[in-house]
Amino acid sequence: MPRLFYPVDKLKEKALFIRRDIITMLIQAQSGHSGGPLSCADFCAALAFYEANYDPMNPAWPERDIWFFSIGHVTPVHYSMLAEAGFFPLRDLMNFRQFGGHCQGHPSKLDTPGVEVSSGSLGQGLSVAVGAALGSRMDRHQRRIYCIMGDGEQQEGSIWEAAMAAAHYKLDNLCAIVDFNKAQIDGFVENVMGIEPLADKYRAFNWYVVEIDGHDMDSIVEAFERARALKGRPTVILAHTIMGKGVSFMEDKPEWHGKPPSPEQGRQALQELGTTWEEWSARLDNG
Amino acid sequence: MSGREYRLTREGWGRALVKLGHENPNVVVLVGDLASSTMVDLFAREFPERFIECGIAEQNMATIAAGLSLVGKIPFFATYGAFASCRAADQLRVAICYSNLNVKIGGAHGGISVGPDGATHQAMEEIAIMRSLPNMKMIIPADYYETFKATGAAAEISGPVYIRFGREKVPVVTDENTPFIFGKANIMRDGGDVAIIACGVMVHEALAAAEDLARSGIEARVINMHTLKPLDEDCIIKAARECGAIVTAEEHQIYGGLGSAVAQVVAREYPVPMDYVAVMDRFGESGKPDELLTAFGLRSGDIIRKVGGVINMKSGRD
Repeated sequence: MPRLFYPVDKLKEKALFIRRDIITMLIQAQSGHSGGPLSCADFCAALAFYEANYDPMNPAWPERDIWFFSIGHVTPVHYSMLAEAGFFPLRDLMNFRQFGGHCQGHPSKLDTPGVEVSSGSLGQGLSVAVGAALGSRMDRHQRRIYCIMGDGEQQEGSIWEAAMAAAHYKLDNLCAIVDFNKAQIDGFVENVMGIEPLADKYRAFNWYVVEIDGHDMDSIVEAFERARALKGRPTVILAHTIMGKGVSFMEDKPEWHGKPPSPEQGRQALQELGTTWEEWSARLDNG
Repeated sequence: MSGREYRLTREGWGRALVKLGHENPNVVVLVGDLASSTMVDLFAREFPERFIECGIAEQNMATIAAGLSLVGKIPFFATYGAFASCRAADQLRVAICYSNLNVKIGGAHGGISVGPDGATHQAMEEIAIMRSLPNMKMIIPADYYETFKATGAAAEISGPVYIRFGREKVPVVTDENTPFIFGKANIMRDGGDVAIIACGVMVHEALAAAEDLARSGIEARVINMHTLKPLDEDCIIKAARECGAIVTAEEHQIYGGLGSAVAQVVAREYPVPMDYVAVMDRFGESGKPDELLTAFGLRSGDIIRKVGGVINMKSGRD
């Protein structure tokens, strides 16, 4: 399948749909993470509907690009992307975190079509990306590798082992994206365990760093294109985002990292996103 | 036993990787700054473009291997067993086993016989860790030839496989033509009075014990349980029924090792007297391999003593 290259206005619509899916899944499950999935929604929409090459009817298609989440806990956005892209029916999202459903709390390769690698223990994804990038280069394959990380996750030491290796091997087919929403479970990242200056750290590791407003679709698309054009170094896109973006009472509040909205809060959130529980849950149920 | 051939198990691994490299262009080898002691330098010389030096970063190496498998490679990574099993345990659990990725792990320097490097480098927990991870499989070959065959067999298996080998030259107890079937134990010596179930270098100690026991009229069946997971349960049950007493022997901690695994089967299917030759819940220490095996109670003499005990228990029941 060729890349989708959706125009920016359609990407914005997809991001909105993804946010609605996220809230609807969380209301239904009454379990799961709200803040991170909402902050990732815009660049995830661009990754799935502009940038990446894949075949939802054949998740193991050998020609595909490889993209996955090192931050396993943002499954609401991950599963929404996959379902909106056609890897499985939208109705499966209504079984998120439920016994018997394939949408596990954290991504499971063996359960969910389109999940490249299981994750949930933080700090592993960038190393997986290094391996996929090295293997692709051995085959002179043109595929690109995308790894989505969190900012709090940068506290894991293994990230920096992988950062060293990616630069050592000059993996220009690797594009990492950091959801830089400044918050983690215990509070704001800079209070819990500061990671700044993060851009300087990656530059010092010989990475190409692109800093963008992670909610500006034009900037996101441009950042992907710049990463694609760069030769000789891996790229990290530091996507400055707002935890809980799109839902007023969640925005920039670390306490929304790891909990779902109550049904009442969820209804309000859906209203802010321009829909209702009745409308959007019916879309998922029938999708 | 004079005149017996001694060879490195890790050399079996290293030479098998070269053979695999010739047979399958997707075989890739990774190492964490231990290319010569894990003997993957043999592969590196032959296939430099398929060899990845990862430096001193075992967690990264294990997960790089995971990523290689996503794009169709068959990665084999090598480091000391202490680091492969413990340092990278989380990566084995989540990225590799939970995804059932086709990653092969070579854990060198297993057991007390590692010698002078001391406790940190004497891996003795790998069976407990690998057996508890769903989708993981595990082989502990007894000698050079078996390590060569086990490494080849691992490439044929889909999913993660851990192979443990030692540091020292060990007596060769099999030959090129001894069959190796993954998951199927080898009976090295038949006997009906007691079964000695061993793995790794302890197969040699078990054979030596059986020879001595035969002189006092006790016929021991010696089982080489080279595959620790999946365990050859049929062979164990048959041994329990036919021999009525079992001693296990391993260069591993007593808790969660071969003995525990065998006891689980025996207790469920056909309880018989059992005892265990293993490391008794303590860290290793520096010394010569031979003196450590003796000091830690991992010799044929220790097996013989335990055999005496289980045979007494067995006859006490009759």
